[in-house]
Amino acid sequence: MNALLHGRLTGLLVLGAVIAILPAFLPNNFYLDIAILAGFNAMVCVGLNLLIGYAGQISLGHAGFFGIGAYASAVLVGTYGWPPVLALLAGAAAVGLLAFLVAKPILRLKGHYLAMATLGIGIIVSIVLRTESGLTGGPDGMMVEPFRIFGVELYGEKVWYWVVGVLLVGVVWLSLNLIDSPMGRALRAVHGSEVAAEVVGVDTARFKVLVFALSAVFASVAGSLFAHYAGLITPAKADFFKSIELVTMVVFGGMASTFGAVVGAVVLTLLPQALTVFQDYQQIVLGGILMATMVFMPKGLLPTLAALLPARRRA
Amino acid sequence: MKMLTGTDIAPDTSTQVRRVGRPILKVEHLSREFGGVLAIGDLSFTVAAGDIHSIIGPNGAGKTTLFNLVTGVYKPSGGRVLFDGADVSGMAPYKLAARGMSRTFQNLQIFFNMTALENVMVGRHLHLNTRLLPALFRFPSLVRKDREARDRAARLMADVGLSRYVDADAAAMPYGALKRLEIARALASEPKLLLLDEPAAGLNATESREIDEVIKTVAAGGITVILVEHDMKMVMGISHRITALNHGRKLAEGTPEEVATNPEVVAAYLGAAP
Repeated sequence: MNALLHGRLTGLLVLGAVIAILPAFLPNNFYLDIAILAGFNAMVCVGLNLLIGYAGQISLGHAGFFGIGAYASAVLVGTYGWPPVLALLAGAAAVGLLAFLVAKPILRLKGHYLAMATLGIGIIVSIVLRTESGLTGGPDGMMVEPFRIFGVELYGEKVWYWVVGVLLVGVVWLSLNLIDSPMGRALRAVHGSEVAAEVVGVDTARFKVLVFALSAVFASVAGSLFAHYAGLITPAKADFFKSIELVTMVVFGGMASTFGAVVGAVVLTLLPQALTVFQDYQQIVLGGILMATMVFMPKGLLPTLAALLPARRRA
Repeated sequence: MKMLTGTDIAPDTSTQVRRVGRPILKVEHLSREFGGVLAIGDLSFTVAAGDIHSIIGPNGAGKTTLFNLVTGVYKPSGGRVLFDGADVSGMAPYKLAARGMSRTFQNLQIFFNMTALENVMVGRHLHLNTRLLPALFRFPSLVRKDREARDRAARLMADVGLSRYVDADAAAMPYGALKRLEIARALASEPKLLLLDEPAAGLNATESREIDEVIKTVAAGGITVILVEHDMKMVMGISHRITALNHGRKLAEGTPEEVATNPEVVAAYLGAAP
């Protein structure tokens, strides 16, 4: 577990091995589907963790960026016949630009105010997607064409599982690289003490804007691919509750831990499925588990478990 | 002298024969008010390059406010700050850092979410490639320079006596070590001017003497030091020049001897007419 947290390559190898072996234990497409959804959530959470866990900022609007990416792909490919890769890149560029423009004024805010401002962005996106029915199909959502690249169509859970698995490893790799770089240290310094970061030359505003835009782009790319995979996109994927869910995954898994974000996303994607046995009480049980985790593991799942490990070795 | 420090440490006599360097920092008619209260009023003084220049004064004299004005943390209400000949009044701290000014803090400002070594490596920020794409894709040049920065940071930590904490989490270090960590981090940015805000506060006598040595070494390396410190033994022992403040205004300025024997300074400290 320590290796997971501290060793770049070890962690990546473990992640890759788990992804490679997992399908052998998944009996049918239903389970593959859940694994794929967990993978999409994990990609968004790894990006969001850069913002929340490392740079110490908050966003309650990231589902909005996921949604813009998803709808950009749905509309540009479905309605305008763009190649999916181009639509994905256009969506990511638009989200990056939007995040960049809104970040400058809102990232001057701190704490509750920043949370409110990002919440506002998410809500605006969600309302636009719901009401612009001519373009987006309104509350019912819209169908999305399959993803085609070099004449190959990505179709079916088996294919998508590997696509998402490889991309997740890639995203984790990028995140680990970033954190262990001068820019990554600047981001963490912003979290640790803005004024101390400034006096050694860190332009804190610039790095906050950059990481906000970067995490938004991660969400957008995941959104685009998700739309193609699911074949149907609805505004619910971009709404407030989805944003909260994403933040919860990051906090639950362990802030400032890339692998923690992956673990949090996976566990919280699986948990509701596992809890269906509680039927009507499912949400209550889920809420209880989240509360208990935060009370007993305030640092999140993975960092807490990792801290236990050397203690046991010493004993 | 005796009255101020309770000790018989003689001022560094070398100050009398030193040649005065060119001015590196000029503060001209600087003032700053907070809601009508004047924290700094019409303050002017000059710091010569290569000096250890101390700012002393009773609590509330405006020393930390002065630091915050000079380093851009606060914007002045009036007056100018000239650094290396350029008007830098109210310039953002990160821009001042790029011009060669860094500082430490009275109340520790440590990145507690990092290791000690990483804290110092953040100090190398201005000398490293901090762009996004090279970081994401781990360009070889970036990795190589990062490794150099790591070695350099470890050497700096050794210079301030922190070699045993290189791999420690900053959050696990004792107070005295964190004080030095701030100095190492500031030095990592290779400043021309270093402002130290009470580097010995909260330290015991032995630790204070060690900080003494660190500051002297820093100055001997050609870095101008502005020091705010209540430890008069330290101030009198290592300063080339001293500016005394009271109620945000300049009370006296001169060599340690001149300031220590100045009746107004003594009165300000003891709260009585001489």
